[in-house]
Amino acid sequence: MDYFLTETQQMIKDLARQIADERVMPVRAELDEREEFPRDIIKVLADSDLMGLCYPEQYGGLGGGTFENCLAVEEISRACIGVSVCYAGSGLGAYPILLFGSEEQKMKYIPDMASGKKLAAFGLTEANAGSDASGIQTTAVLDGDEYVINGTKQWITGGGEAEIYTVIVMTDKSRGTRGASAIIVEKGTEGFSFGTKEKKMGIRASATTELVFSNCRVPKENLIGREGRGFVIAMRVLDRTRPGIGAQAIGLCQGALDTAVNYARERKQFGKPIISFQAVQHILADMATQTEASRALVYSACRFIDSGAKNISKISAMAKVFSSDVAMKVTVDAVQVLGGYGYMRDYPVEKMMRDAKILQIYEGTNQIQRNVIGQELIKEYAGKKKK
Amino acid sequence: MNIVVCIKQVPETTSVKINKDTNTLVREGTKSIINPFDMYALEEGLRIREKSGGRVVVISMGPPQAEEALREAVSYGVDDVFLLSDRAFAGSDTLATSRTLACGIEKTGDFDLILCGKQAIDGDTAQVGPGIAENLDIPFVAFVRKIRELDNHTLKVERMMDDGYDVLEVSLPGLITVVKEINEPRMPSLKGKMRAKSINIPIWGVADLDMSDSETGLKGSATQVIKIFTPIRDGKREILEGSIEEQIDLLINKLNDLKVV
Repeated sequence: MDYFLTETQQMIKDLARQIADERVMPVRAELDEREEFPRDIIKVLADSDLMGLCYPEQYGGLGGGTFENCLAVEEISRACIGVSVCYAGSGLGAYPILLFGSEEQKMKYIPDMASGKKLAAFGLTEANAGSDASGIQTTAVLDGDEYVINGTKQWITGGGEAEIYTVIVMTDKSRGTRGASAIIVEKGTEGFSFGTKEKKMGIRASATTELVFSNCRVPKENLIGREGRGFVIAMRVLDRTRPGIGAQAIGLCQGALDTAVNYARERKQFGKPIISFQAVQHILADMATQTEASRALVYSACRFIDSGAKNISKISAMAKVFSSDVAMKVTVDAVQVLGGYGYMRDYPVEKMMRDAKILQIYEGTNQIQRNVIGQELIKEYAGKKKK
Repeated sequence: MNIVVCIKQVPETTSVKINKDTNTLVREGTKSIINPFDMYALEEGLRIREKSGGRVVVISMGPPQAEEALREAVSYGVDDVFLLSDRAFAGSDTLATSRTLACGIEKTGDFDLILCGKQAIDGDTAQVGPGIAENLDIPFVAFVRKIRELDNHTLKVERMMDDGYDVLEVSLPGLITVVKEINEPRMPSLKGKMRAKSINIPIWGVADLDMSDSETGLKGSATQVIKIFTPIRDGKREILEGSIEEQIDLLINKLNDLKVV
C-alpha cells in the first residue's frame, strides 16, 4: 500500500526501520528476558535525530508532527514494542510542556528531550486512580515559592530512567478533577524517589515504577499552565498521543504478520508448505487485512491531528481502540500459525502476544476509549436535526 | 585534524550472481553497498573528528553510480565527499587505482590521516590502501584494530596479527587500513540523510587530476585480466592399494605420468 508519504516521512520510516532491523531485532529477546532498559538503543535513536521528530525546530527538534512520530514508532514496534514504548513514552512526558508549558519551560526542557539527552515521563495513574482520574490523591500544596508534593504515582512508564516527569497532582482536592494540576518534577529533587520496578507480562524492556513523593519541594514555576488545568491538560495530551499507541499496534501487527507468513512458507506438513493450505491462508489473510485497516485509520488520525484540527478526541480514541484490539487478535493468530513453535520462546510471536495486551490497557483502557467515542457521538448527534 | 576516508562501492555479496557466459559479476539489478570494511574506516574518521575536531572528507573512485555510496557517507555525517569518475579510469588495477586515488586525495587539500578499509569484499586484494601511501610517500600501517594515541604529529596503533598484535608508531601524515575489530559503525542520522539527498558531489576526471591517460585505467595498469573463469572442481580420487612400498611406487608412477614431478 502506498500512503503517499513525503520524502522526509519516507526517510524517517526507512531510518527507523534500519535501526529496528539492525539494532533492535537482534537484542529484543534478550531485553525481554532480562527486563533490561534499552539505553544503547535510545542513544542510537538520539544520535540519529529520531528523538526530536515531533518538537518544533526552535527547541532543537525537527518540526514534524504526530504522523512523523508515529512512522518512527511503527517501525521500531515492528521489532519490539517494549523498546518503542521507551521511545514514545518520552514524548508523552514532554507533550504537557510542549502543548501547555510557558516559553521558559519549553526553552528549559524541550531541547534536551529533542536531542535525546534527557527522557521524559508522564505520571497520571495511581493505585486508586486509573480510568477515574478524579480519584488522584497525590497533592501539591503551595508553600511560599514552592509546591510541596506528597503521594505516590503507580505504573509510570520510564520511571527511574527519565529525567523529567510531568505529574498530575491535586492542588485543590475539594474541586475534584477541576482541582488537578500538572507539574514538572526533575529526577534528583529531594523527596522524590522511585518504587521497585514492576514485573510485567510484556513490554519487559521498558521500566515501569512508582513515583514516590514525600515532602518533595519544587519551584512554583514548575506548574504547567494554571492550577486546576491538570485534568484538561492530561486529556488533551492523551488525545494527541493515542495514535502513538495505534502506531505501536500496527508495527506489532506487521512484525507478527511477517513472522507468520515467513514461517508458513517454510514449515512443511503433509508434504507441503502450510501456507498452501487455505485454513492457514485465511488466518493470514485476516491478519493482513486487519493490519492494513488499522494502518489506514491510524495514519488518517495522525494526518487529521497534524492538520490542526481541534475535535480530535473521537478519531484519536478510534485509532487506539481499533488498532490495539486488532493487535491482540493478530498476535494470537500469529502464535496459532506457528503452532507449538509459536508457543516457545525460540520464536518471537509469543513475546508479541504477551506484549500486545498492554495496548488495550494503557493510555486509557479500550473501554474508556469507547466511552470517549460514545460521548462524542452523543454530542455530535445532539447538534443534528432528526431526519 | 584533516581526515580522508577512501570508500569503494561494491555489490552486496549476498545478492551477487555470475554471468555464466562471461564469468563476470552481474552488476545490473544487484544492490550496491559501501564496502563493509570501509564503514569501519568511516566510523573511525568520525570518532577522531568528534574527539579532536577537524573535518572528514570521503573520496571514492568508480562509475557514476558510486555517487550513491558517497551520498550514504554523507548521511553518516561526513563533511565533504568527492567522486573520481572518468571513462579513462576504467580497467584500473590496484596500481592504477591507488595512483588515481592518491592524486584525488592531494586535490582535496591538506590531510593528516588517511583511513581505508583493510580490503574490498569484491576484489579482496588489500593493496589499494598501501598503494595510496606509496604513491603519496607517507608511512602506513595495515590491519589496524585500535588507535591508541593520536596527536597532530604522531599516531600509535595496534596492528592485528595472526597471533596477537603489534604496537606501531608512525609520523603524520600517514595512512592506516582498519579491521572490523576497531569499532562498531553508527547508524545514519535524519539530518545527515536530508543533507545527503541534496548535496552537490564534485566529480573529478583525468583532466581534473592532472593525470595522463597512461597513468590510469587499463593503460596505467601493470596487470591485465586475460580470462575470468570459475574453477572446475571435478574432485577425482583414487585409492592406492597394496603394501606401503607398492603404494609409493604406484604414486610416483602416477605423478610422473601427470608430469607434475
